[in-house]
Amino acid sequence: MKFEFTLAWRFLREGRFQSALIIIGVAVGVAVVIYISALILGLQANTINRTLGAQAHIVIKPLDETVRNVLPPGTTLATIQPKAQRLRSVDNWQVLMPALAADPDVVAVSPMASGAAIAIRGEANRAIVLFGVELDRYDRIVELSTKLTRGSFRLNAGEVMIGTELAKDLGVDVGDRLRVLTTTANDQFQISGIVDLGSRDLNRRALYLPMRTAQNLLGIPGGATNIDIRVRDIFSADGVAKRLQSVGLVNAESWMQTNGQLLNALQAQGVSTTIIRVFVSIVVMLGIASVLVVSVVQKRKEIGILRAIGASRGQMTRVFLLQGALVGFVGSTLGGMLAALLVAAFSALVTNSAGQPLFQIEIEPSLLISSCLIATVCGTLAAVAPALRASKLDPAQAIRV
Amino acid sequence: MSELLRLTQIRKSYGIGTPIETEVLHGIDLVMQQQEFAALIGPSGSGKSTLLNIIGLLEPATQGAISMQGKAINYTDEKTLTQQRAANLGFVFQFHHLLPAFSAIENVMMPRLINGMSVTGAARTEAEALLDAVGLKKAMNKKTSELSGGMQQRVAIARALSLKPALVLADEPTGNLDTQTSDEIFKLLRRFNTEFNTAFLIVTHDPRLAARCDRIVELVDGNIATDRVNPAH
Repeated sequence: MKFEFTLAWRFLREGRFQSALIIIGVAVGVAVVIYISALILGLQANTINRTLGAQAHIVIKPLDETVRNVLPPGTTLATIQPKAQRLRSVDNWQVLMPALAADPDVVAVSPMASGAAIAIRGEANRAIVLFGVELDRYDRIVELSTKLTRGSFRLNAGEVMIGTELAKDLGVDVGDRLRVLTTTANDQFQISGIVDLGSRDLNRRALYLPMRTAQNLLGIPGGATNIDIRVRDIFSADGVAKRLQSVGLVNAESWMQTNGQLLNALQAQGVSTTIIRVFVSIVVMLGIASVLVVSVVQKRKEIGILRAIGASRGQMTRVFLLQGALVGFVGSTLGGMLAALLVAAFSALVTNSAGQPLFQIEIEPSLLISSCLIATVCGTLAAVAPALRASKLDPAQAIRV
Repeated sequence: MSELLRLTQIRKSYGIGTPIETEVLHGIDLVMQQQEFAALIGPSGSGKSTLLNIIGLLEPATQGAISMQGKAINYTDEKTLTQQRAANLGFVFQFHHLLPAFSAIENVMMPRLINGMSVTGAARTEAEALLDAVGLKKAMNKKTSELSGGMQQRVAIARALSLKPALVLADEPTGNLDTQTSDEIFKLLRRFNTEFNTAFLIVTHDPRLAARCDRIVELVDGNIATDRVNPAH
């Protein structure tokens, strides 16, 4: 391969201006692909983080209660009124937990006693949702500890953590007390921490308290209204939920079902990114191919001489394939550097009111490596037609020209 | 001397199957011995270059057989043709046809590079010796575009002899040079014929140079008109 490599390099070096133009073309194309990919990935991660920040990937719930028809078969009723869904516990949730945790796609499992309540402070009251949790387990589901803005991350007996908006609405802060009222009980709690869940609505309604306390307040002693699950790959949640649902008499709902519109938006973004990548790759490939086609015409005589003095068709093919690969590799390496500059510029220029980057964009090393590899392969593929043309040149005719 | 090349009833036509089909060689029989120094002469359009290309395995004959060192050449096997060209044949063209992206010594070592042979150490010394023999040792690292026509032709001769081929085919090697340079180039070809035991078949229009060859083959209208040993030698 020494001959092929030497010749490919010299041919590129000889047509300096031409080579520089196409390498710049490849670099710009690859930089656009890497930058757009990093931007979309960052945007998606940010969107998912903000939307699903306090939401489990899968929630296991008891099956809905339905009205059973006890009349003889064949009897038709004019209307069947849907049954009101009372607060119920997942059957045998303690037994179900280890079975769910054993699934290879499941990372963490956490039980929860959750229901509606009213928070009262003085004359102010707000409708809230109680999240009765085992704090350590629950932290593995939504990383609640990272969302603490004030106070301590703990839930001792008689303590609660609340969302930032609820704290504002009730005029309370860490250490203050508030009363929680449900349909069956009421109690007073001290605020140990205030959390920002990334969503104004959630921050306005969320109150975290020990699971046992929640069970008592909601009138389901020993019960868990749902089991929260975190999975290894967030986009596999739907499949995992379907699999989990098939093993027991439970309802498994993934974030993808409850956030259909978000998922559609993410998928649309993904498709758009892929389309941009494909078209930029095609443009880059056409650029490389056109330059190499011109090069074959320009080097017609040299190819003829080399064939006359013993170079085989295969060697000439490889010379041009290598040129394509070299252009792809060098161009994509420069493109990677250019993309890093673009990302740095974006982070520096696009900031929020606090001067912080609007969202975090990072170029993953795997993205850089795969882009380089794809560009090198594309460069090689783009060179196939010119390389075959070069190999088919009749040496006698090429020399005669 | 043993037989190097044998052409039997070589015919060559262009535009086969079309209304303009033309036969340019009409059954050439030619035998060359090893170390022979022969001239191929004839008017323009007599088929000299076509015959040279067929002998050089650059284009196939339409009919006839060719054997080199007793082995029949199969024109349909591209790989064997390439190997034969690399191993047994050297080419010197009228317009030198060097590679402009490479220096003089790199051009000389190109056949070695193509064949995957070493281009360092002894191989480089050998290439330097060849360039020294053609009087270009000092210019060996210069790009060929920086050399004069005569110097470029000398590099082309050194390149043709790089792998010590059995036969060098020279297509009007002095056609583009002045008389004095032509004489120098011709002397070089003669010298390598003796030193390397390499046979030469030289196409030339110059009767002065043809007269200095051991054998003169004259081609007229695609036929060998005369094939004589030069009485002067």
